[in-house]
Amino acid sequence: MMNDAVIEVEELRRAYAGGFTAVDGVSFSVARGELFALLGTNGAGKTSTVELLEGLARPSGGTVRVLGHDPYTERRSVRPRMGVMLQEGGFPSDLTVAETVRMCAGCTSGARATQEALDLVGLTERSGVRVKQLSGGEKRRLDLALALLGRPEVLFLDEPTTGLDAEGRRDTWELVRELRDGGTTVLLTTHYLEEAESLADRLAIMHRGRIDVTGTPAEVTATRPARIRFVLPEDVPAGRLPLSLRAAADGRAVEIRTQRLQRDLSELLRWAEESNVELGALDARSASLEEAFLDIAARGAETVEAVETVDAR
Amino acid sequence: MSTVSTGETESPRSRETGVRTTTTGDRLKALGRAEFSLLVRNRTALFTALFVPLGMIVAIRESLGRIDLGDTGFSVIEASMTGGIGMVLVMAVYGSLTSAYTARREELVLKRLRTMEASDREILVGTALPAAGLAFVQSAVMIAAAVAFLDVRAPRQPVVLVGGLLIGLVLLSALAAVTSAFTRTVESAQITSMPLFMISVVGSGLFVPLEALPDRVASLCELLPVTGAMTLIRAGWLGGAEGNDLLGAALSALVWTILSVFAVQRWFRWEPRR
Repeated sequence: MMNDAVIEVEELRRAYAGGFTAVDGVSFSVARGELFALLGTNGAGKTSTVELLEGLARPSGGTVRVLGHDPYTERRSVRPRMGVMLQEGGFPSDLTVAETVRMCAGCTSGARATQEALDLVGLTERSGVRVKQLSGGEKRRLDLALALLGRPEVLFLDEPTTGLDAEGRRDTWELVRELRDGGTTVLLTTHYLEEAESLADRLAIMHRGRIDVTGTPAEVTATRPARIRFVLPEDVPAGRLPLSLRAAADGRAVEIRTQRLQRDLSELLRWAEESNVELGALDARSASLEEAFLDIAARGAETVEAVETVDAR
Repeated sequence: MSTVSTGETESPRSRETGVRTTTTGDRLKALGRAEFSLLVRNRTALFTALFVPLGMIVAIRESLGRIDLGDTGFSVIEASMTGGIGMVLVMAVYGSLTSAYTARREELVLKRLRTMEASDREILVGTALPAAGLAFVQSAVMIAAAVAFLDVRAPRQPVVLVGGLLIGLVLLSALAAVTSAFTRTVESAQITSMPLFMISVVGSGLFVPLEALPDRVASLCELLPVTGAMTLIRAGWLGGAEGNDLLGAALSALVWTILSVFAVQRWFRWEPRR
């Protein structure tokens, strides 16, 4: 199984000159043909991590292996087999779309024909247009076309759908799925939960330079509690709720977090029925990736506050 | 975008399928071609590269009219024309490449190219090719025109002339890359490239041949970056310096080139500062 890992990252660290540590001991591996998503808020360290995998910078610590090579020191061996979609930019603004593709094709072994590359992302009609006249979404698609030029074995996509409209996003997802089905290993970063949820075989949630949780989307959500929310009538104090429910009340609003949603919800409803209490705005939902994500982000925010309080003293 | 047939996205190529890998030639051609289109489309840069050196020849000629060139053995027009080649090197190569390297970095083009197969050196050379090639052709045209129409002597030592020109092109391209490492925006390139421009114009014999300067000043000026290349160009075209003087100039040009290439490796920035 280990031999099949296309990307292997161990205890990866990246500190910038100013002392800021953007990547702080990240480890994961991606198997051949797998689609792995790195999910996180802006500033979580996703792009800093991906740049190390792409061999654009030397890690401050830890190791990266892509297709068995160090992408920084053995750039020559890895480059022809990987495709990279940068987070933004990278086009001379006065070249046309076709000229940009031709420039990159000259630096890509076994490059697709310009026409074919533009067809893939639906930019054929824009081939004679200067890059500076493209919309943000069109630039993203050009970027994707360049990443796919050499039919890469490993594809790095840094926020591939940021700036795309709903249709463009669906088209890109469709294309990425087809590539994965064709055997391409894909690592993508995103801050869209639904993107990670619908595309990824496995994902990692990144926060403040660390990976908080890794697994399939189902595994990641399974670690999170389900949630029941409702509002009690004015004359019913939260203290009357059955103790076994472990409810947290904020005024009349009550929240119950539980790993056993069905059992706790049944108990709550039975109690309400028997006590003749009307539960307002009742809402019960199982854990979602969104909650896992927000949980992790919120935990980070608390840490910040704690640190700030300490500093203030 | 239309749905793609699976045929197009299927099966990533593996190493064994024997796809032709790109060569240095392919990559330089692709980069040079793109950069040439950009140069032609950048009207300001093109104008600066093509016509300003010509204007400078007139300016040099005017200022030389008031200086005694008696000892040097050059006529005013001869000194002006060799100064013009120096202007091409300093403005069309050094000036425009400082802007070009900075622009490509700010647009993240250099970063993108580094995700592909070109080596760092190829990226820098490919970017410099059009400006350097244009400067070479421009110099050749200036020499031919001066010999044909301005009664200037034909190159006395063509090998020295071409050698001086080539090392000048490499040196000033490398110096442009070094300068761009300390330049944040294309606009500020005008300012960051000014010191070397001024030093070269005044001290490397572009306006006034070093032979016309007092000895002590001249020997100091011989240490400046562009002086070696300029001495080779002037001697190659008009004659004069020989033997040890030529060797000294060649050595100085070589040392400056090696230093500049080393400085590029050490300090060049591939991405904008964050």
